[in-house]
Amino acid sequence: MTADAIKAAALMVVAALVQVSLASTIEVAEGHPDVVLVLVIGIALLRGPLFGAVVGFWAGLVLDVVSLETLGLTSLLLTLAGYFAGRLGDVTTKHSAHPSLVAVGLGTIGFAFGSALLHFMLGSTIAASEFFVGVLLPSVALNLLLAYPLYGLCRRIFQPEPRERREVSPAV
Amino acid sequence: MVAAVLVLVSLALITVYFRESDEGALHGAQRIGLSVAMPFEVAGERVARPFRDSWGWASDLIGAKDENDKLRKEVEELRQRLVQQQTAVSENERLRALLKFVDGPTFPSGFDGVATRVVGRPPSAYNQEVLIAAGSSSGVQRNDPVVTKDGLVGLVTDVTSNGAKVTLLTDQSSAVSAVVLESGAAGIVRHGPSDSSALILDRVSKDELVTEGDLVITAGWRSGNLESLYPRGIPVGTVKSVGQQDVDLYKRIQVTPLVNFDSLAEVIVLVPRNR
Repeated sequence: MTADAIKAAALMVVAALVQVSLASTIEVAEGHPDVVLVLVIGIALLRGPLFGAVVGFWAGLVLDVVSLETLGLTSLLLTLAGYFAGRLGDVTTKHSAHPSLVAVGLGTIGFAFGSALLHFMLGSTIAASEFFVGVLLPSVALNLLLAYPLYGLCRRIFQPEPRERREVSPAV
Repeated sequence: MVAAVLVLVSLALITVYFRESDEGALHGAQRIGLSVAMPFEVAGERVARPFRDSWGWASDLIGAKDENDKLRKEVEELRQRLVQQQTAVSENERLRALLKFVDGPTFPSGFDGVATRVVGRPPSAYNQEVLIAAGSSSGVQRNDPVVTKDGLVGLVTDVTSNGAKVTLLTDQSSAVSAVVLESGAAGIVRHGPSDSSALILDRVSKDELVTEGDLVITAGWRSGNLESLYPRGIPVGTVKSVGQQDVDLYKRIQVTPLVNFDSLAEVIVLVPRNR
């Protein structure tokens, strides 16, 4: 668990630097690929809601510091993203690569709406058409493209926990 | 339970961050954090540059032919204008000397340029900001204007020892007093209501004459001890469209920025010489 925490903390620092210096400059309409969000979701799927929430909080804190953004804003959104992705991982399966697409799609939509709501409350607004067409659709598409490779990376770094042995009643 | 605590901590951080001043503990801690991370961000930017350039090259390739034809026509027009303006400049200098004209700080004289690299961009679509690799150790301070060779980029809004945050002209919080070079019509350039990369020239009276293609520059006003953060004469953009309706108080003027905010790589921070 401690080794996982150290690996996750280091991975999130690297991911935040990649996000700020590279991923945020790749722009399709107004949308960007979100490396940090996809990695948080990937780790949460493999390690559950508690670990996902903590990793999300740490990732958001690092991202807010390296981009001089409002402290706590990204932490809040990524904590929730990590928690709910972990819950989704619990109710689906941690051993398949397919949940990553569903989780990343839902996570990106939730993150975008949460971000819009928080920024609206803090005084920054965006036109609805620009939000749906310019931000949401490109972000979902770009994050889905990242989902498989980054989830694969997460599976390599954080080996899936061993499957619980099920008791099978002998056939009569 | 842990997730709920983390959510509460995040909310507390947001609240304290907004309530405290720029010199508060959280802002200070964030600046220290960025100072530590800045060398890594610069290194990351260097590694990422070829990929970013490739992306930019591929994006620019679309529509390159149309742009080429447009630019050729523009070059012809500009050549003709250059001859006229060189004559006007020499005449202007001669007349100023005759009048012993006293001027305020203008661009680019009166400022030292700190050329620096854009090392990062916050991942939010709501805040139009970039991070640059020059900070207070290079003489950069809050509210210093930032330009490129094309025109105005924005304003320094936060500074650490080796980095700074620049809020772009396209951000919702940005506004700059400006004039139309050809007619002298004055107004305020700010973020447009729909497209985040579009600008509008607001508060231009309906009886002012403004036409498409006119150049908009910073006004650089001064009133007593107060003066604009931007010196006069920095190109901002060209007028894209002009409209007005009977119910409007002012003209509706859309401005196309001269700077391509999506592909900012290097910028110049204008540091006043007399500071």
